[in-house]
Amino acid sequence: MAIIQIKGVAKQYGKVHALHSIDMTIADQEFMVLLGASGCGKTTLLRIVAGLETATTGEVWIGEKRVDKLAPKDRGIAMVFQNYAVFPHLTVYENIAFGLRMAKMEQKEVDRRVERTATLMHIEGLLKRYSGQLSGGQRQRVAVARALATEPQVLLMDEPLSNLDALLRMEMRAELKTVLAESNTTTIYVTHDQVEAMSMADRIAIMNGGKIVQASSAVEVYRNPAAHFVGSFIGNPPMNFLTADNSGDGFWQVAGVRVKGPDTSQKSIQFAIRPEDIVVHGKSGDGSTASEGAFTAGVRILEPLGSHLLASCKVDDQLFRVVLNSDAEVQPGDTLQWSPQADRVRWFDPETELALSTV
Amino acid sequence: MYPRSLPYLLLLPSTLFLCVFFLYPFGLVAWQAFVTDTGQFTSEFFVEMKSHWKFNTAFTNTILLALAVVPFQVCLALYMATLVNGMKRGRDLILYIWTIPLGISDLAAGIIWLAIFEQTGFLNSMMQGMGFIDQPVSLLSYQNTGMIFLAILLAEVWRATAIVLVILVAGMGLIPKEYYEAAEVFGAGRWKRFTKITLPMLKPSLQTAMILRVIMAFEVFAVVVALGGTNLPVLMGEIYTWQFDLQDANVAAAYALVILLISISCTLLIMWGLRTPKEARV
Ligand SMILES: Nc1ncnc2c1ncn2[C@@H]1O[C@H](COP(=O)(O)OP(=O)(O)OP(=O)(O)O)[C@@H](O)[C@H]1O
Ligand SMILES: [Mg+2]
Repeated sequence: MAIIQIKGVAKQYGKVHALHSIDMTIADQEFMVLLGASGCGKTTLLRIVAGLETATTGEVWIGEKRVDKLAPKDRGIAMVFQNYAVFPHLTVYENIAFGLRMAKMEQKEVDRRVERTATLMHIEGLLKRYSGQLSGGQRQRVAVARALATEPQVLLMDEPLSNLDALLRMEMRAELKTVLAESNTTTIYVTHDQVEAMSMADRIAIMNGGKIVQASSAVEVYRNPAAHFVGSFIGNPPMNFLTADNSGDGFWQVAGVRVKGPDTSQKSIQFAIRPEDIVVHGKSGDGSTASEGAFTAGVRILEPLGSHLLASCKVDDQLFRVVLNSDAEVQPGDTLQWSPQADRVRWFDPETELALSTV
Repeated sequence: MYPRSLPYLLLLPSTLFLCVFFLYPFGLVAWQAFVTDTGQFTSEFFVEMKSHWKFNTAFTNTILLALAVVPFQVCLALYMATLVNGMKRGRDLILYIWTIPLGISDLAAGIIWLAIFEQTGFLNSMMQGMGFIDQPVSLLSYQNTGMIFLAILLAEVWRATAIVLVILVAGMGLIPKEYYEAAEVFGAGRWKRFTKITLPMLKPSLQTAMILRVIMAFEVFAVVVALGGTNLPVLMGEIYTWQFDLQDANVAAAYALVILLISISCTLLIMWGLRTPKEARV
């Protein structure tokens, strides 16, 4: 059993606030992904859980034990470092076996585990080499194998696949997920690749500026962003935001169209919709009758992406992206008539940047 | 592109320097050790050296001293370097203080320790003052070579550990912190981190430090003279005796070659013992 509880953890480096009071519980055997832009504090948080960094305030619990005063080796963890830290004076075999040797495991078991994890990471042919004779991606896989070999209670991985090519990364992603699902390891996995995050995570914790903004399943994070930042960070292309002005009784004026929204007294809030949740009725002036209350969008740039056509438009002078069928007949300069899928519209408070509920 | 001869051209000054100031004198010494004044090759000087009653004692003493001093110094320096490297502040200050003895000549160091160990020295007054002895005893007498040996050992350790320390501190500073962190995460305690990370990654520095120290140890002279006079003969002392007291430069040269030989053998041994496979270098 290894529930990880992070209670009020904050970290300051001199005047820099790397983490602001983080609270998070990671369930036993859960695969938690920390996702966020560069410099938002992912590594710092991971290193605090590992015990390589001391939190300025707050507690870390693993299982039933408070661990923030314990040495890393007493926490029952293994870690993949962002900079690999593969020992240069040891062979790949001895690198992978390092944790097992420290645990004084029998040679036969060491052999078995090294063999198994090396095969899993596709480095079984490199066991006799030294780290200086490996490519960056191979070295990174040695680091992952070294962590997996110890079969830890808690596995901390800091961008473990960042240096692999797209194909290998996809393969490793699947294999990692399979092994970890079979083991009873609780995992914290850091990445800034959102596809990786969405595909692997039980839950994604999205970090911004040293805070956790939202921690939910991939679908939830995608569909119901808890904050403006999440909507603008997740999804490629990200969510569209338009300014909405209060016109009373829970109705809002969005780009000249009256829309039913949350019933608050604020003067102006934000209307948000994902580019693929838009229904396009047609172009202005092509004869098709625009439905009542439709929005218009002036097409500026078209990006044919194969599976779909991405149109960057202007709506009420604000940037607005629409995902179209790849065979849609649209030219730059056209004006599209569109309306949002009603159940996919989200609203955000521009001051708190948090989502507003529409009840 | 530069001409192919450029590297050799750049090496020329230092090669010339080495030839004039090292190889040439070395040739002269070797010549003196093997060739008589009349110009005949001979091994008589080596025979004379070997048959003198002091040779074996001097040889044994020198080797024993080196064997006692160098490992002790290396261990001590390793420990001190670990302490220094673990310090968050005051590191430089401690390092300066510990390296003060380096600035003192070896004869002066010998005299300092003589002031401690001689019959009217600090150690005697202290022991007398604390009531361990009734009257001053002669600690460094010729009946007491063990004590002389110990005093020399202490003086040498005090005087020359710092040079090993400086090399090791620099070497340890070059080991990236991340390797210690990785070792720690994977279950290595303090001692394991030292043996599994520090020692192997410090090999190049250890090599340098030990070669330097071993060569210095075989040339030990002034400290021995100050503390033991002629009661504890060493090879370097014998060179002095033959050259200046007995006025026999040929036998002195033979001695010099003996020191050179053991220095070279030890250097090779250390280089081999502490080698790092090429591919395992950082
Ligand atoms: N030792 C340190 N001293 C001062 N500031 C630090 C230190 N370590 C990290 N920081 C700062 O803390 C913040 C968080 O750093 P962290 O390494 O956790 O980012 P990250 O989310 O892992 O980024 P990346 O995706 O680039 O790895 C950064 O602004 C960084 O500059
Ligand atoms: Mg990082």
